[in-house]
Amino acid sequence: MTQLATGLSLVVLALFLGALTLGPAPIGPGESLRALIVGDGGPLTLVMREIRLPRAILAIMVGASLGLAGAAMQGYLRNPLAEPGLIGVSGSAALGAVISIQTGLAESIAFGLPAMALAGALLGVLLVVALAGPRGSSLTLILAGIAISALAAALTSLVLNLSPNPFAANEIVFWMMGSLADRSMSHVWIALPFMAVGWLMLATMGRGLDALTLGEDAASAMGISLARLRLTLILGTASVVGAATAVAGAIGFVGLVVPHILRPLVGARPARLLWASALGGAIMVLAADIAVRLILPARDLKLGVVTALVGAPLFLHLIYKTRRHLA
Amino acid sequence: MSLLSVDRLSANLRDRRVLKDVSFDVRAGECIGLLGPNGAGKTTLMRAILGLIAHSGVSSLARMTPAERARHAAWMPQTREIAWPVTVETLVMLGRIPHLAAGQRPTPEDAAQVASALGAMDLMNFRDRDATRLSGGEQARVLNARALAQDTALIFADEPVAGLDPAHQISTMETFSALSREGRSVVVSLHDLGLAARHCTRLLLLSEGEIVADGPPAEVLTQEKLAGVFGIRAYFRATEDGPVFQPLEVIA
Repeated sequence: MTQLATGLSLVVLALFLGALTLGPAPIGPGESLRALIVGDGGPLTLVMREIRLPRAILAIMVGASLGLAGAAMQGYLRNPLAEPGLIGVSGSAALGAVISIQTGLAESIAFGLPAMALAGALLGVLLVVALAGPRGSSLTLILAGIAISALAAALTSLVLNLSPNPFAANEIVFWMMGSLADRSMSHVWIALPFMAVGWLMLATMGRGLDALTLGEDAASAMGISLARLRLTLILGTASVVGAATAVAGAIGFVGLVVPHILRPLVGARPARLLWASALGGAIMVLAADIAVRLILPARDLKLGVVTALVGAPLFLHLIYKTRRHLA
Repeated sequence: MSLLSVDRLSANLRDRRVLKDVSFDVRAGECIGLLGPNGAGKTTLMRAILGLIAHSGVSSLARMTPAERARHAAWMPQTREIAWPVTVETLVMLGRIPHLAAGQRPTPEDAAQVASALGAMDLMNFRDRDATRLSGGEQARVLNARALAQDTALIFADEPVAGLDPAHQISTMETFSALSREGRSVVVSLHDLGLAARHCTRLLLLSEGEIVADGPPAEVLTQEKLAGVFGIRAYFRATEDGPVFQPLEVIA
């Protein structure tokens, strides 16, 4: 187990250094890192500190958030096909962001977009909690989440539909694809408090998720409060996914695929899968963001497109393997 | 010593009264068979006693805090759910959750409890197998072992022998009666009246949400009660091989 933790952490570190040192200009990694740490006020220091460092840090934060929330969601619902977007938070955060682009708030107010996205996520989570009720089963949570997601998607389409100028519509569509390009340290500071609170909440769920392996009845007879576990899941997921969507847009498949890949490596234990998926999510988003910059640097390939392009076939492969196991 | 006291316990499911003023006490060292036809309220009674569903009346267990209760009573539900492909040993170790603080590693004491539960359910050779890929009866034994590993004074098991082969039905019931001889108590719902007659020290007969008989097997499994509650006639004798019970026919 410690081997897996060490291995995953080393990969995160390697990719982090890679993300910091890879770039269009032919500058050696040593020189880049020296410029980052020492800082001579030159253009390289500026590039390292203002562009590459926030981008790499955000990749880790967003990836860890999506992986962790995905593992928690799958553990709670006892379903390997669950993903953090299921409770409607990413959809409602995206709606908030889209409205801010459409109304010009994104342009006129500093950080209007992430603020509106966080407001959207908050509204979405309040609606889900109200709809699902305090005691309800996991089924009512799924249904409430699907309803909120559908509503947010419909309203997002409405905003696009009514968009008076093609530039705004274009910007909205590109934003929704998800990206970490041109983010600053301010984005890190906006997302970090929400994510840190959410990480702490989700990290406390391990014991309850382990007990839930035996079903809801057995888990509550073992002293697990299912109502509290569910509220922790909803609020924790909402903070990390809401913040991730606010700074990076909608990035799919990470929360779905990463726990699925790592599950066999942790002996399928839901508590261990939490931290493993956080590291795994960071790896997937860091790798995808490096790929975005290497494959088509001039065309501004979007991060969400790459994670979906990598994630979907991987997922098909996993379903095929599972099918053979079940047969 | 009383391990549980239930006083005028009632419960409704979907506005239908499923339990009506059930009262009884469980002392230390009892192996209690909970009998009754389908829909008599056996599962509801155990879930209400454990405080898992809304109820009126008093159950001393339901009054405890969830954490206290989990160290006092274990519950093996009828729905045999194993959500993830964990090993048998990992699954049985889940029974130790009430004894471990969050994030605490299992101690040698926990490992010993798990090993003894695995041994009692004849699962030592299965300990590294994937629990989801065992047969239904093997899974039931794994889940029984999980409840045993919780190491509680009281165990509630909902049809723990359903789907087991004859040898494991008998050995499971023998495990429960051995626990009762150690001073613990087991409440087990059963449809096999023969096993109940042989292995339980006391039977509770439930019909339409009420206890209609409570006592040793010979006093509960009378021809009138069997006819009235189950609608059957049966052969029941004390023999030199112990009590033998065989249902014979349905009474029209």
